[in-house]
Amino acid sequence: MSAPIFAAIAPLRRVRRTDVLGSLFSGVSGLAALFVVLMVLVIMGNIFYFGWRTVTWEFLSQSPRAGMTAGGIFPAIFGTAALVILMVVVLIPFGVGAAIYLNEYARPDSWFTRVVRFSVNNLAGVPSIVYGLFGLGFFVQFLGRHMDHAMGLDVVWGQPALVWAALTLALLNLPTVIVTTEEALRTVPGEMREASMGLGATRWQTIRHVLLPQAMPGILTGAILSVARGAGEVAPIMFTGAAYFLPYLPTSPTDQFMELGYHVFVLATQSPDVDATRPLLYGTVMVLLLLTFALNLAAIVLRSRLRARLAGRT
Amino acid sequence: MNRPFPHAGLRPRGVGVGQRRREAIITFLLRVSAFTGVAGLLLIMVFVFMGALPVLVDPETQKEAGLAAFFATPLWQPVGDIPKYGLTPLLTGTLKVVIVAMLFAVPIGVLSAVFASEFAPPRLRELLKPAIEILAGIPSVVLGFFALIVTASWVQAVTGSVSRLNALNAGFALALGIVPVIFTVCEDALRAVPRSYREASLALGASRWQTAWSVTLPAAGAGVAAGILLGLARAVGETMIVLMASGNAALISASPLDSARTLSASIAAELAEVVVGSPHYSVLFFLGALLFVTTFIINVFAGLFIERLRQRLRGA
Repeated sequence: MSAPIFAAIAPLRRVRRTDVLGSLFSGVSGLAALFVVLMVLVIMGNIFYFGWRTVTWEFLSQSPRAGMTAGGIFPAIFGTAALVILMVVVLIPFGVGAAIYLNEYARPDSWFTRVVRFSVNNLAGVPSIVYGLFGLGFFVQFLGRHMDHAMGLDVVWGQPALVWAALTLALLNLPTVIVTTEEALRTVPGEMREASMGLGATRWQTIRHVLLPQAMPGILTGAILSVARGAGEVAPIMFTGAAYFLPYLPTSPTDQFMELGYHVFVLATQSPDVDATRPLLYGTVMVLLLLTFALNLAAIVLRSRLRARLAGRT
Repeated sequence: MNRPFPHAGLRPRGVGVGQRRREAIITFLLRVSAFTGVAGLLLIMVFVFMGALPVLVDPETQKEAGLAAFFATPLWQPVGDIPKYGLTPLLTGTLKVVIVAMLFAVPIGVLSAVFASEFAPPRLRELLKPAIEILAGIPSVVLGFFALIVTASWVQAVTGSVSRLNALNAGFALALGIVPVIFTVCEDALRAVPRSYREASLALGASRWQTAWSVTLPAAGAGVAAGILLGLARAVGETMIVLMASGNAALISASPLDSARTLSASIAAELAEVVVGSPHYSVLFFLGALLFVTTFIINVFAGLFIERLRQRLRGA
């Protein structure tokens, strides 16, 4: 009779000793979390503290002057906008189309679907500098050169340009858009598809009039996330179109352009006068951060609404 | 015959030839857009490898930069009368920075994920998750800037290192960049562990940390491994942070307080000034191919771990 009681007591004794270890473990994990929060606060605090004085209307609306030790960042803002707009215009049809195909048409176990999913997953893991190499090797050197050759032009397309940088970024962001659009399509109940088909609508009519309107927040989320990422990525555009400094704004897709992220890199590492550049550097970083945060926040809000709809359904 | 969708073969009434043709065209277009993902990956492979090919097959290039030359010299001096393409300093530099980054990022990422999913009161969790999302949203060039301007001085003050920019500084900044990756994947995996596991463990008298340590973590183990691997792949390929924070001196040294030049940073720093088609150009593409293959393999393994986690939890 006594044996089971002892068996029950023995582990209890051990718990006492391991309790110290236990609170240490949960304490350390709490510290790790605290460290992350603190680092985020320090980074943001530092940048906003040193940056907010610089960011004035003049700073946002003027060009760099005096070897980029004075003036503003308007060309970089303009270039960034042009870049991401061009990127989104190319990216969205392909990304959304791919997601619709994967979610609505393809059989999930067919080899084609598997190959596409495998490729998209791995595309998301390709280092951004490799995208830069690819953009230079494929778009600029191969496609651009051949276009010049075919059209009998000198060098118009076969050099770094806005359009090549945008296309490189579009490929880089393709997985993001596919994933978010698919997520959105999955929140549309199957009954809606059946109801629409039951009324005699074709597949495309169902997609066009039932699925796409419902999936709109998801598509927007993907677009916004890709813009946020596109605005900050530097490695893929360094060799495909971004310029240190340009005295004019890009007016054609074959022009080079200035970009905020690249401008941060240039100011931080190539400045002839570090002290004079520092306020401009902080100001540029702050503008870039505010831009990406605003975009990310919008994406988070949209996505949480979408998730709430999904949760409400099940 | 028992077909799951008896209506699938029927055509909606009143659909004309024109409409049927339109449907077919649209299906084709959607299929093409799905194929762009495959085409993109293939094109990246083809064009990065093609750029690197002269290193392997072109005798002209190989005189300066063949596989043998990569390890014949301990120097990376691609610009000069006699260019030297020794890969050893770049490989050791990459290894050093990545190891430092993982030493910081793995404990911080995994432990804070455990904290968020197992211990944190809801209020704290609501503070932690946005912090991680903010960190994930910070562009890498901004983290590089922060490492260059701010943390470099901290690191030098604490360690008394000679060079302000060094592998420790770059590794730390890189860790900030990959913590969100590790955290997100780990936390997803931990939260996917069924509640009943935890309840059973607690009901048997285990404390919360015992449950976390010996039940939840092992159950989510494959997901944690996947998170670490995805973080590793990111660390190996990440460019801007390292380019700005590591000092970029191509040294062979094991000390984290020495400057380091990584594969990715070499590409970023040198590609702009290189003559297209020159040996140097091919060597940089070769470095890119090396990065592509390395990260590809790591990512495939991470995918396998995620698949395993999915099957395991489905079986449960």
